[in-house]
Amino acid sequence: MGFCLMEGNEAMAWGAVDSGCRFFAGYPITPATTIFNALLKLLPPLGGVCLQGEDEIASIGYCLGASMGGLKVMTATSGPGISLYSEHISFAIGSEIPIVIVDVQRLGPSTGSATRGADGDIQFLRWGNSGGLPVIVLAPVDVKDCYSLTIEAFNLAEEFRCPVFIASNKEIAMTRENIDMDAFGMPSIISRPSPPPGRPFIPFEVSSGSKTPYFLPIGGRTIVRQTSSTHGPDGYITTDSDEIAGIQDRLKNKLLSAVAKFSFHESYLEEDADTLLLVYGITGRAGRDAYNVLKKAGKPFSLLILKTLWPVPEDLIREKAGHVNRVVVVEMNLGQYVREIERILPDKKIDFLGRMDGKLITPRQIEEVVSDV
Amino acid sequence: MSSLLNAGRPPVFCPGCSHDRITHALDKAFLNLGFQGEDVVIVTDIGCSGLFDTFFNTHAFHGLHGRALTYATGLKMAHPELNVIVTMGDGGLGIGGAHILSACRRNLDLTLLVLNNFNFGMTGGQFSATTPLNAQVGSGFLNQMERPMDVCQVASSAGAPYAKRFSSYAKNLVEEIKNAIRFEGFSILDIWGICPGRYTKRNRLTPQIIEDALGKMPPIKNPVPENLRKEYGRHYRELAADQKPVQRPTTIERQFTPPEVGRKEVIILGSAGQRIITAGEILCLAGLSAGLQTTQKNEYNITVLRGHSITEVVLSPEEIGYTGIERPDVVLALSQEGVDRRRHIFENLDDQSLIIQGKEIDLPPCNAEVHLIDFKALKIKPHDRALASMGVIASLNRVIHLEMLESALKYRFKGSVLASAMNIVKQVKIG
Repeated sequence: MGFCLMEGNEAMAWGAVDSGCRFFAGYPITPATTIFNALLKLLPPLGGVCLQGEDEIASIGYCLGASMGGLKVMTATSGPGISLYSEHISFAIGSEIPIVIVDVQRLGPSTGSATRGADGDIQFLRWGNSGGLPVIVLAPVDVKDCYSLTIEAFNLAEEFRCPVFIASNKEIAMTRENIDMDAFGMPSIISRPSPPPGRPFIPFEVSSGSKTPYFLPIGGRTIVRQTSSTHGPDGYITTDSDEIAGIQDRLKNKLLSAVAKFSFHESYLEEDADTLLLVYGITGRAGRDAYNVLKKAGKPFSLLILKTLWPVPEDLIREKAGHVNRVVVVEMNLGQYVREIERILPDKKIDFLGRMDGKLITPRQIEEVVSDV
Repeated sequence: MSSLLNAGRPPVFCPGCSHDRITHALDKAFLNLGFQGEDVVIVTDIGCSGLFDTFFNTHAFHGLHGRALTYATGLKMAHPELNVIVTMGDGGLGIGGAHILSACRRNLDLTLLVLNNFNFGMTGGQFSATTPLNAQVGSGFLNQMERPMDVCQVASSAGAPYAKRFSSYAKNLVEEIKNAIRFEGFSILDIWGICPGRYTKRNRLTPQIIEDALGKMPPIKNPVPENLRKEYGRHYRELAADQKPVQRPTTIERQFTPPEVGRKEVIILGSAGQRIITAGEILCLAGLSAGLQTTQKNEYNITVLRGHSITEVVLSPEEIGYTGIERPDVVLALSQEGVDRRRHIFENLDDQSLIIQGKEIDLPPCNAEVHLIDFKALKIKPHDRALASMGVIASLNRVIHLEMLESALKYRFKGSVLASAMNIVKQVKIG
């Protein structure tokens, strides 16, 4: 067994290729650019396409077109670009267009600091769309996750026909790390299912028991309609409020009812602990270090590292927090995901540590806040 | 061969709207070209032109305002054989300006019909990028200060090989549309028309006035001779076919035992242009050759060749959590701005820590073991000092040893670059 050395962004590019991604479009932006650089080398020789858009709106627009053409697509950006993606994120949600969107977060607000890390877009990813329907957001901790969660992201986008975000961070994306690529084995790959033959194709119709429509590509031998307008199963505008309500309900529940199947996480539970530390992303690493230190010191706490942030894996969080009275949430922002924890664990004492100055939260800071009962 | 019009959804334009003529002309063009519904995708923008896709039994893609060309680009790259027709109004032209210019420059085989009726029909007749200065519009006096743009001049300046303007009432409308679809490359049609619902309520415009106005516009030769070139998709696939496939990254097997036990942290404090990040990478690769796990966290400004550059490398027999460095085992102090950026770490150092200090660098007081090196006297250029320092710490058997370092260099570099790197790491003699 040997290692290679790779940064998170490069691992994501490999994850995309191994997922069957054959179309990428992006606009240069630090710290996401090296995903584009890697895929520009990887995709064309595979018969795939990698484009540089004239802006972020175009880049994700190209992806939506190519996805409806039947390709697995990805785009990558950072905070300023995610802001511009917004109208197309809403489109992908409402019109069920599979796409993986990487947000390599950098310190905001706005232009902020291009080469400093942060986890400042966590609520923005969830709510930065018109209509407010749910989205899937996965958060890698290290270079291994950058590879494997990218594959999960593609599988989820294909299965549920929706945008899937990967909330990365400059500190994972541009940090080089050892990785054993062979250790992953052959990933299991999901592709959007085609309808069974023999029936006329209705683009947004769902079969009984399913919440996601079958997919046929625009450009195939069967005529396909796609629209950003409020539509019925036939893909034409509808004004029937019952029909509209039914579709909104389906779009919401296709994700909320399934989150238990993709509640990715790591947990280290200590029976006698009174405190659960809840972290995600790069901060998960400092959390692990703090956990090891305090466990050795005979003051153990429990640790939950979430890798699925949205929809909030509520059942999982309640279960993991069942044995403690206190939950400490630590984030590289001034308090975003902690709102969800306060919402779903109203009976627990919730403490928060945040930092938003371009520096990593240290294990020592976490040890202090966890020990400070 | 029959019409591709959707019998179940007849056009619903206002009475007298010239969009209706274009709908039927487009259908006749499809018919003349022998297209079936599945041979075509109609990509539509927002506004009245955004209704077009619903009137046809073809593939359809209706998206957001101004963005139709972006979806069309993705679709065409995914399906080179598909006939991609885009409809937008003069509103979409304005809001999607960047996409228009880009499509002209790129020359992907799309056909864009700009249904130019000089105002925003659906929202109340506001002025657009083509509204005349003296028109009465729903935006009060605001149009009197913004000059209307000539679509074809802009398009041909931006590189469109096919840019034509004509009237919705032109006798050869079907032929014009057909020719544009047949053209292999980006074609943009500026089709002037009448909006009876809004524009002609307050402005006089007739087919004859349109004809006269078109006659006064600067002529454009089509195809535009200076813009004729390879179609983008074809060209892309040609160039892509020449790209070499990328091999999967090769792994480094454990061959050595590291000189020291446990987690080791090295921080290199330098400036952009000193190849600080590359030196850090070499250190990581050296670690891998001894079976160590490793992280390399970098800090630099967005500017190139200016400002500080800092790399933090951790090597450990165990999985690495936190990637930052609070108490380094080794510090390479190679530039003043790098040191100044991290002055606080020096107070954490004890006599177990090692500092490689460039002679001209001023360090805060500390208890570490310091090796002062006069790089200038040794004729080691600033961009080689980080790598030369790797040789120093390897010679001292701190963190890595020379065999690890050499194996990393052999992995990372080839040929003359390798020879030069091997030379640089031996340049500073210790002891």
